[in-house]
Amino acid sequence: MTPLASLVRAPIDPTAMIRIVANPGNGAVLLFLGAVRQVNDGRDVTGIDYAAYERMAQRELDAIVAEASEKFGSTDVAVQHRLGELGVEDVSVAIAVGHPHRDEAYSLSRFVIEELKRRVPIWKREHYLDGTREWVDPTGRASAGAPS
Amino acid sequence: MTVTLLLFASYADALGASSLDMELPSESTVGELLDAIRSRPGAERLPPKPLVAVNQAYAALDSVVREGDEVALIPPVAGG
Repeated sequence: MTPLASLVRAPIDPTAMIRIVANPGNGAVLLFLGAVRQVNDGRDVTGIDYAAYERMAQRELDAIVAEASEKFGSTDVAVQHRLGELGVEDVSVAIAVGHPHRDEAYSLSRFVIEELKRRVPIWKREHYLDGTREWVDPTGRASAGAPS
Repeated sequence: MTVTLLLFASYADALGASSLDMELPSESTVGELLDAIRSRPGAERLPPKPLVAVNQAYAALDSVVREGDEVALIPPVAGG
């Protein structure tokens, strides 16, 4: 069986994600896909590479799925996050949720992506049109890796 | 005791390594470990209080680090 939360290097298959959460009791099935954007912060992006502290990232993803299941009352939750090099429009993260009702399905899906962005140790380095690469710091602080 | 500190992403770039062996008094805290990093070349590019994980869980500054623990500095995360 496909693990409910996983870090993957191969492209994500959205149809397979939906199958994981399929359940005759679910009146709502949601699939969220995060994709690589061509422009970020006004700069032209040609691709991203994702890196992770894999053992801890796996633990945090497992914990988030367990918390989401408990909080919103459905165990039909699956998350995959890509690692490695991705191009523009490639799917970097997918969250599939099944729930008897849509309100809870939307809340559950939102909870998973927000917690993932807040605490899972994954980092992305954007590649820009001018050939430079920089680690993205969502806290807005100047990147520790940038030239001073 | 010797503690191996794992480094990732921008912090690995700043310190020029993906791991560092740190010599620390036994029963040091996470805060004391952060103080010890300050003497390393490139450490001026780290924030004043970077996040630390001990055994793959976020740890407070007063958490005690023991021989054999897996310790990591966690740059601002950017998944999604």
